Amino acid sequence: MVAKRIIPCLDVKDGRTVKGVNFEGLRDVGDAVELGRHYARGGADELVYLDISATRDGRNTFTRLVERIADGIDIPFTVGGGISSMDDASRLLDAGADKISINSAAIADPSLVDRLASRYGSQFVVVAVDARRMDDGVWRVVTHGGTRATQRELFEWTREAQERGAGEILFTSMNHDGTRSGYPCDTFARLADDLSIPIIASGGAGSADDIAEVLTAGRADAALAASIFHFGEITVRELKTELKKRNIDVRL
Amino acid sequence: MIAVIDYKTGNLRSVENALRRLGAEFVVTADPDVIRSADRVLLPGVGNAAEAMANLRAASLPEVIRSLRRPVLGICVGMQVMCRRSEEGDTDCLGLFDARVRRFEAAPDAKVPHMGWNRIGNLESKLFKGIEGGEYVYFVHSYYPELCPDTIATARHGVMFSAALKYENFYGAQFHPEKSGDAGERIIDNFLKL
Repeated sequence: MVAKRIIPCLDVKDGRTVKGVNFEGLRDVGDAVELGRHYARGGADELVYLDISATRDGRNTFTRLVERIADGIDIPFTVGGGISSMDDASRLLDAGADKISINSAAIADPSLVDRLASRYGSQFVVVAVDARRMDDGVWRVVTHGGTRATQRELFEWTREAQERGAGEILFTSMNHDGTRSGYPCDTFARLADDLSIPIIASGGAGSADDIAEVLTAGRADAALAASIFHFGEITVRELKTELKKRNIDVRL
Repeated sequence: MIAVIDYKTGNLRSVENALRRLGAEFVVTADPDVIRSADRVLLPGVGNAAEAMANLRAASLPEVIRSLRRPVLGICVGMQVMCRRSEEGDTDCLGLFDARVRRFEAAPDAKVPHMGWNRIGNLESKLFKGIEGGEYVYFVHSYYPELCPDTIATARHGVMFSAALKYENFYGAQFHPEKSGDAGERIIDNFLKL
């Protein structure tokens, strides 16, 4: 059985990780390579680096950073943020990224998923989907960090993304993101029924219990989290130990 | 000298980085003479097995690889093309390992691609010196080599399959040692010291 994965997510702005606290033994928590290594040593299964730079300079800096990450880290990592073309993807692949995550660009032009998957393989393509549950109960996909509504319905879009060649779906509920109140596990379970590719749960974790629930009741294959790790509330290893106690198969 | 075969199938950077971390000297090449004279040969590969085979043929490498007598390690698709035949694109492969490569059937507890850390067992080679059965390594693939007499490690994802193969001087790993943390580094180091 493949183990459930725990994936810390690091936001990068102009080449520096943001949002972190100082960990013991870490000289520079803003150094994406050092922080990534810290998580890898602590038992992280993969890492996600999200570029939140808004400028061209920031993006170029990010590409150079990806080269350093690839040199320094011996577990797989995904990069995302602002990838909107084959050129962006190939630049990051060449820099050493194992996977890329695309979000708004896939909604704007779904054929990008086909082209990326056929050129680089499905294993390279993570489709990130943000959605909000509306008053009528329908999950509508949103883009640009939740600022733009679309007419896309969540389950219809994730199925289409899978058919087009996505290798994984990274789903964030905008109703739960940032609330630290847990995940919509019923929705995750329905995604698991619907799809044959792995599902990564993101947005909403406040505790080990929340993550345990989305990996069991929600049947997610992996959980991605940022703040609970970055603020030092729980280490990856402590989290995995908690999950193991609940009979969840994790790599310890 | 170690030769990393470059046959235009995806990014070789992670393999290069792993070798660099071990302090190994290597060249990335498709030159048959360089490959023939290397002490160790690595055949990486991601993507599609049929395309990988087509690229090997276009570079006139199948015979070169078959003729090698020093240790050769294929990784992921690099291993699959060393098998007999692959269901991916229904393609004939190099035929060094006596296994067919088949597609996983997706199931609720066995998603496709098989992606993530899984345990390897039944370890039967010096390649795994210092590695305990049950160690986790990183996999990402949708096709798998069947169990066969050349199997030197197994893993389970819905079905039991060959996580590693060996025939004479030819080795293959379906997982990615270059992405498997300390355990992976040990396996690459073991290969370099065979």
